[in-house]
Amino acid sequence: MVQALHARRRIDRLGALLGVVAMVAATTLPFVVFKANRIASGEPRSLLAALPSAPLLLASVALLAVAAAFVRQARARLAAAVVGVLTVALALAWAADALTPAGNRLVRISPGAGCWLLLLAFALIATDALARLRPGPLARVGALALMAAAMWAAFAAGLFDQLSIMREYAVNASGFGRELRQHVLLALGSVGAATLVGLPLGITCHRVPRVRGAILQVLNLVQTIPSIALFGILMVPLGALATAVPLAADLGINGIGPAPAAVALFLYALLPVVANTVVGLGRVSPVAVDAARGMGLTSWQVLGEIELALALPVIITGIRIVLVQNIGLVTIAALIGGGGLGTYVFQGVGQTAIDLVLLGAIPTVALAFSAAVLLDALVDLTGRAAP
Amino acid sequence: MIEISSLSKVYAEATVVDEVSMVVAGGSITAIVGTSGSGKSTLLRMINRLVEPTRGRVVINGRDAATVPGHLLRREIGYAIQGHGLFPHRTVAENIATVPRLLGWQAARTRARVEELLRIFQLEPAEYGAKFPHQLSGGQQQRVGVARALAAEPRVLLMDEPFGALDPIIRGQAQDDLRDIQRRFGTTVVLVTHDIDEAFRLGDHVGVMSRGRLLQYDRPAMLLTHPADPFVSRLTGTADRALKLLSLTTAAQAMEPGAAAGDGPAVAATDSLRDVLAQLLWSGAAAATVRRPDGSAAGQVTLAGILARGRSD
Repeated sequence: MVQALHARRRIDRLGALLGVVAMVAATTLPFVVFKANRIASGEPRSLLAALPSAPLLLASVALLAVAAAFVRQARARLAAAVVGVLTVALALAWAADALTPAGNRLVRISPGAGCWLLLLAFALIATDALARLRPGPLARVGALALMAAAMWAAFAAGLFDQLSIMREYAVNASGFGRELRQHVLLALGSVGAATLVGLPLGITCHRVPRVRGAILQVLNLVQTIPSIALFGILMVPLGALATAVPLAADLGINGIGPAPAAVALFLYALLPVVANTVVGLGRVSPVAVDAARGMGLTSWQVLGEIELALALPVIITGIRIVLVQNIGLVTIAALIGGGGLGTYVFQGVGQTAIDLVLLGAIPTVALAFSAAVLLDALVDLTGRAAP
Repeated sequence: MIEISSLSKVYAEATVVDEVSMVVAGGSITAIVGTSGSGKSTLLRMINRLVEPTRGRVVINGRDAATVPGHLLRREIGYAIQGHGLFPHRTVAENIATVPRLLGWQAARTRARVEELLRIFQLEPAEYGAKFPHQLSGGQQQRVGVARALAAEPRVLLMDEPFGALDPIIRGQAQDDLRDIQRRFGTTVVLVTHDIDEAFRLGDHVGVMSRGRLLQYDRPAMLLTHPADPFVSRLTGTADRALKLLSLTTAAQAMEPGAAAGDGPAVAATDSLRDVLAQLLWSGAAAATVRRPDGSAAGQVTLAGILARGRSD
């Protein structure tokens, strides 16, 4: 009985479950979807049907699944998961190559449910292992850079060129860089402006309790307006401004386009920045502030060296929240001509071309993920000394 | 020397400090004692102008405090408070270097001063300088707080319940350390406390405040023997004031010639008469021998002598 308990504890339950999921995904679900052309209906292809080397791949997936269930050491689990993700990605590229007849530019190959599920299972094993390893902020940024470099190398080498999503990219290659830049610019610009305005507002709320309720309530109200409605509401005054003041129109301020998008994103970003500034400043020990004043720091020095320095991790957490939120929200700005990666999402929806949707969605997710990792690292670095 | 004349603080609804005048002698410790809300902290904070007086004047070492910008005035005056107020994001050494840095000291001078202070407060610089406040014990944090207040060699040190957050044993040690350091640097200390025993233990002079007024300001013994107000006698305690009085006198002050009989206990010249009396009661002897540090007898303290000193005149 005792031995049986021991034996049971040697199995990692999450790893075992994810291993089973990976095996089921690899053996029973379609690995890729084959379309004769862009608008033809898709035919699912299993891993065995798609790849000549499938048995070898199935064996390695099985091996990795077993490793996930039985290897307890976090580093080894992480390595197994990374190998798993790479294996699936390579298998996808090879399957696309194998299924595309030479010289045929019409055939479309997309990842199937099995492929997505395999990637998800290995990604979850990797996440679990990383959570156990608790890497420091710099190690996490390093890992992110490594991932980005691997992705860039894969694209530069044309590894995925036969995949449908890359076909969509090839068609849109001339505009992709511009939309990506516009997307990043709208997200960073709105968050930057919200930080410049929100920080002083938050400090005012902290110093003058009488205005705190009013400011936070107004910002709360803004936050409750649905994003599409807010874009619509802003069209009216900005359009009127453009008609009344020609200079505004010359500067690119208009009822539609990036201007209302930037304003709406800025308004959405304001509440978290202000609220986190207020909370962060409120958590600073009043005794430390009294001591600082008592030792002769000027009120600006008290604010900069003590209050803001101590509130910084909380304030950056607020900026992290809005940056991730706005990277996602910018997608909707495409609806009113704001540009950004949302352009592809809505074009894809209109053409029922799921791969075009993914061309907009996957870089958006990657951007948001990177922003979260980078700012989380910054939060850890600034909050290092706090108890 | 700090001369306070007719100092008042009036807020819209209340007079918190009411026409307080007192002279704090240079190089002494003055303890201001009172209940909470008595105005003692406000009085202290008006000396370094953390609170601006409504009326009255503070003259520190011959200069009117109102003629100096507040933050520059405060850089010349040490300030230590309850709960230490250390900056959690700065190391112990950075915390202590706060005022020297504000005053633009050379890095080498600042570093030397920080190490000197850490040694004085029994914290090894190599071990503690780079630690953060949350890595220290409560007693160590409090010592760093006082070290920080003394960093720029201030001639005046203001302390607001500096030992309030410490447990009794560490507290006694911290009080002794303060006395030693105050003697060593000749600093003028004004200390606010609600603890009458602490005020008697540390204060060369003790001021008693209630409802914004300074009721009495005198030597501790005078507060016991000649209380100026019923509140003062309530605060100092009537039941054990004889014992309190004895605790203010050392064996050296009550020493008579000769040596005690063989069964008398041995005491040090710096022991308080209260401690000597306790030893005499415990041993049943009538006299105790006062011994020098080298062990030779300097004289004796008799039970009759102690009793005479504990009596009100």
